[in-house]
Amino acid sequence: MTTKVKGRFGRFGGQFVPETLMTALKELEEAYEHYKDDESFQQELHYYLTNYVGRETPLYFAERLTNHCGGAKIYLKREDLNHTGAHKINNALWQALLAKRMGKTKIVAETGAGQHGVATATACALLGMECIVFMGAEDVKRQALNVFRMELLGTKVVAVDKGSATLKDAVNEALRYWVTNVETTHYILGSAMGPHPFPTIVRDFQRGIGDETKKQILAVENRLPDAVVACIGGGSNSIGMFYPFVEDEEVALYGVEAAGKGFETGHHAAAINGGKTGVLHGAYMYLMQDDNGFVQEAYSISAGLDYPGVGPEHCYLHETGRAKYVMATDEEALSAVKLLCRTEGILPALESAHAVYYASELAK
Amino acid sequence: MSQIKEAILETISQGDKAFIPYIMAGDGGLEKLKPINLKLQELGVTAIEVGIPFTDPVADGPTIERAGERALAKGATLRKVIETLRSFADEITIPLVAMTYLNPILAYGVEKFSKDAYNAGIRGVIIPDMPLEEKDIVYPELKNVGIDLVQLVSLTSTPERIEKLTKASEGFIYAVTVNGITGARSSFEGDLESHFKKIQSYTDTPVLAGFGISTPDQVKQFGAFSSGVIVGSKIVDCLAKNDWVSIENLVKASKFTTV
Repeated sequence: MTTKVKGRFGRFGGQFVPETLMTALKELEEAYEHYKDDESFQQELHYYLTNYVGRETPLYFAERLTNHCGGAKIYLKREDLNHTGAHKINNALWQALLAKRMGKTKIVAETGAGQHGVATATACALLGMECIVFMGAEDVKRQALNVFRMELLGTKVVAVDKGSATLKDAVNEALRYWVTNVETTHYILGSAMGPHPFPTIVRDFQRGIGDETKKQILAVENRLPDAVVACIGGGSNSIGMFYPFVEDEEVALYGVEAAGKGFETGHHAAAINGGKTGVLHGAYMYLMQDDNGFVQEAYSISAGLDYPGVGPEHCYLHETGRAKYVMATDEEALSAVKLLCRTEGILPALESAHAVYYASELAK
Repeated sequence: MSQIKEAILETISQGDKAFIPYIMAGDGGLEKLKPINLKLQELGVTAIEVGIPFTDPVADGPTIERAGERALAKGATLRKVIETLRSFADEITIPLVAMTYLNPILAYGVEKFSKDAYNAGIRGVIIPDMPLEEKDIVYPELKNVGIDLVQLVSLTSTPERIEKLTKASEGFIYAVTVNGITGARSSFEGDLESHFKKIQSYTDTPVLAGFGISTPDQVKQFGAFSSGVIVGSKIVDCLAKNDWVSIENLVKASKFTTV
């Protein structure tokens, strides 16, 4: 597959969307290109990232965890200390500010675990924009607190009771809503996936994670890390972390996919390890599917990793061998939750716990 | 000439407007596909748009989405639909247009799909999640066997895009009449007539209106300034209720509408 269009990562990516959205995607791309170098926009963004989100976040040396594992030193990039409790706010705030400059008055978003929904609802409350969030009915149940938070922030949360009633189905509904209301509405996609320009812009909105980490580790260790480990759902925190290290060949990159109940059971969300490629939600990528091209339901204990595809840049990093994509099961992630709580007094999200597990094993 | 375009121009030359019903293949079981297509052909439709069910139909509204879910539950797949169509292809004289999302074609294999589809009577495909920029994934193989790639033109397409899409479209131009997904609408917004005239000004390929058209009056309304209509959700709904009277009335509304 060698379609020559912008927004490709090797053979992955592209813009596989209904014609009705093509103009909106072009507008978004143009607005992004314009405002990324616009001084007043960047000042505004920087102001909010510093004073509202709380950047930069610490790079914390997990000494007791390190001692427990008995090997390599383990540092934690504390994105959980951002306002709203996850890295999602970086992207949501950027896109909401951009949408406002583009003259859009409404925001639509999907959410899995609810972190991106909460981040988007927060940005919309801050900027006085109307917001609607689609969330799988299954996720509404298992993440009830985040639904409450979104509603408190003035966002309308719509439970999606179709398909597996999880993240994939929430994206479907958000896309349908966007197609219908495209002239007034911007879609704040929460991960580094979907049609171009989303994988690129979301990566750029999240790369601060990796940029800060690089600066911080050099300051304390005077060297780059041997390895960087991050969990992969759609892949936004991980691509944000990996991207500034891609050229640094001595740094191994590990993306941890959710193996759910065990890869061999079929109940997992490990799209890259599954090895099949296809098109869903605007991009050509690794995709869990059957022989008929029907998309399979992903499974993970963590709602944020419960997605059958993966962002196109990760697909490319996998295919070129630059990053390794490994797996952790539900059980392993839960064990890491406990481990990090007991050794460091830090309660990680179930998503991040997949990375904590793998990093702990790698460090041994 | 494209067999689809020829069929539409033939209809128009008789003073009628093209009428293309959309059906969800496998809704009610694949065994229904043959009697439905034969009956539609008998009613005098210009072509039949055969929808292929998909797990994630993002361009479709609730009516077609639910029909797709029913078809999936009955085991319909792109392969089985093509096999079924091929089994009675010699009884169908009007062209078939397949409407399918891209991934099932990729999983089938583009080359094999193109050959098998042609042998099943499919003369055009509509891929709602594949814009013009991405067409090279399937276009060379379709061209090889002689299947048209129909482009959708939306209300949000810029004038430059309308021109490009219109010139690239084969068989006919599928002009989307609403911002949104498929499904019946009670009213339409904006100056659709000049939008259609604009589209038609770039090409002699017929321009058909689709999305939201559900009543005989709307068939007439759009027929007045287009080459014809595609009716989807309403047909799917009628077929699910076995309401052939309403289908016949819709088809009749496309006859002799020219002033």
